[in-house]
Amino acid sequence: MIDNIVDITLLSLIAIHAIAIIRMRSLFAVVMLFSGFSFLSALLFIVMDAADVAFTEAAVGAGISTVLMLATLALTYTSEEADKEEKEPTHNPWLPLSVVVITGGLLIYGTYNLPSFGDSNAPSQLHVAPYYLERSLPETGVPNVVTAVLASYRGFDTLGEVTVIFTAGIAVLLIIGGRRRVKPQVENRDSNRET
Amino acid sequence: MKHNLILRVVSKFLIPLIFLFALYVQFHGDFGPGGGFQAGVIFSATIILYALVFGVDNAKKVIPAYVLRLLASLGVLIYAGTGVVTMLLGGNFLEYGVLASSQVAGQHLGILVIELGVGITVMSVMLIIFFAFAERGRPALNVESESESELE
Amino acid sequence: MMEIILEHYNYWLGVIIMMAGFYTVISRGNLVKKIVGLNIFQVSVFLFYISIGNVKGGAVPIIEKGITLYSNPLPHVLILTAIVVGVATTALGLALVVRIKEAYGTIEEDDIHNQDQSL
Repeated sequence: MIDNIVDITLLSLIAIHAIAIIRMRSLFAVVMLFSGFSFLSALLFIVMDAADVAFTEAAVGAGISTVLMLATLALTYTSEEADKEEKEPTHNPWLPLSVVVITGGLLIYGTYNLPSFGDSNAPSQLHVAPYYLERSLPETGVPNVVTAVLASYRGFDTLGEVTVIFTAGIAVLLIIGGRRRVKPQVENRDSNRET
Repeated sequence: MKHNLILRVVSKFLIPLIFLFALYVQFHGDFGPGGGFQAGVIFSATIILYALVFGVDNAKKVIPAYVLRLLASLGVLIYAGTGVVTMLLGGNFLEYGVLASSQVAGQHLGILVIELGVGITVMSVMLIIFFAFAERGRPALNVESESESELE
Repeated sequence: MMEIILEHYNYWLGVIIMMAGFYTVISRGNLVKKIVGLNIFQVSVFLFYISIGNVKGGAVPIIEKGITLYSNPLPHVLILTAIVVGVATTALGLALVVRIKEAYGTIEEDDIHNQDQSL
């Protein structure tokens, strides 16, 4: 019972954060709310017994993602412009709202057949998971089942993931590797627009 | 931020501790939560904290840019190299059992080595991305930009 | 009725957060806010996935003597890879936003569209 209460409280806090991110117009506040959202989701992962995932989400979401977004805000808004706020929304919100409500309704209708939360006889816990839980310690000598599956049983996927990270680093170097070179041209265009 | 005394003293105290914690997470990933990715991100958080408090130039003196690019490639090389070594020793690609005397010892050794490769790559790529964003904001020192501003 | 809510609330709240992120992506014009909305969408998918693998009364999947019921470790493996790939995508998206700002002078979608159409 107390488990359910903690779950519902955390999920409601996360939903409030998400709705606040939609309504806020100051971009600095949006990035800070996103960092809090990441941290709350890491707490939720711990409540759901996922220790490795919580560790990674806290380090990556509340750490690296927030720092990179703040660096982007610093690079794209100079101090002469308005206080890092987004513009007034000009479009009618009814079309996106109806699309979102219809999609959400269909998805909630689709969750009626899913097994109940925490059921130990659900099909997802019965076929492949006991195999790994029984055989990972005798075969690999590593007590952490997630590390054993990630590094030994599914090691090829992890090789692909490391290659994806490496490619992202190379791509970022290609896109914004050196110092900025177009600064005088941007000033010319701004002065032409004012006249 | 160098002139803020509290930030300077506390970060000088905390940075070695964070680094030690990252090493702990890297090598204890077998017995508790942790592993290569988390350790790599915490390693990079150390250097990012140093760059935020003492300036990007000082951080680049700690780890120059070419070293970061070298380390990123080295991590992927360690990972793929382990697979090639197992092929040369007679097994399949990434079959760690042939690396040591017994099957279980070989698996444990293989898992340790590839987690090290993953940790090194993730740390260097996060730092490459951060330094790319931080350096972009500095004014360019081109000769062309100065002559254009003189013509205006 | 109460049992239906107690059994499915994690899925419902996950869908609500997913729709919040989706609405941010399609209705707001600022590019940085779109990237934040995309990240919210990703985190909601992770929450949904991990809640499928949760077992009531189970422990963290680290083998220890004396514990017999563990949570399912396979969704954790998938989501670890997904989180790391997500941060790579976010970093690339933010780098593209910086270059768009240098090329167009603004990061509001309507202004970029007007500048493209007036060429």
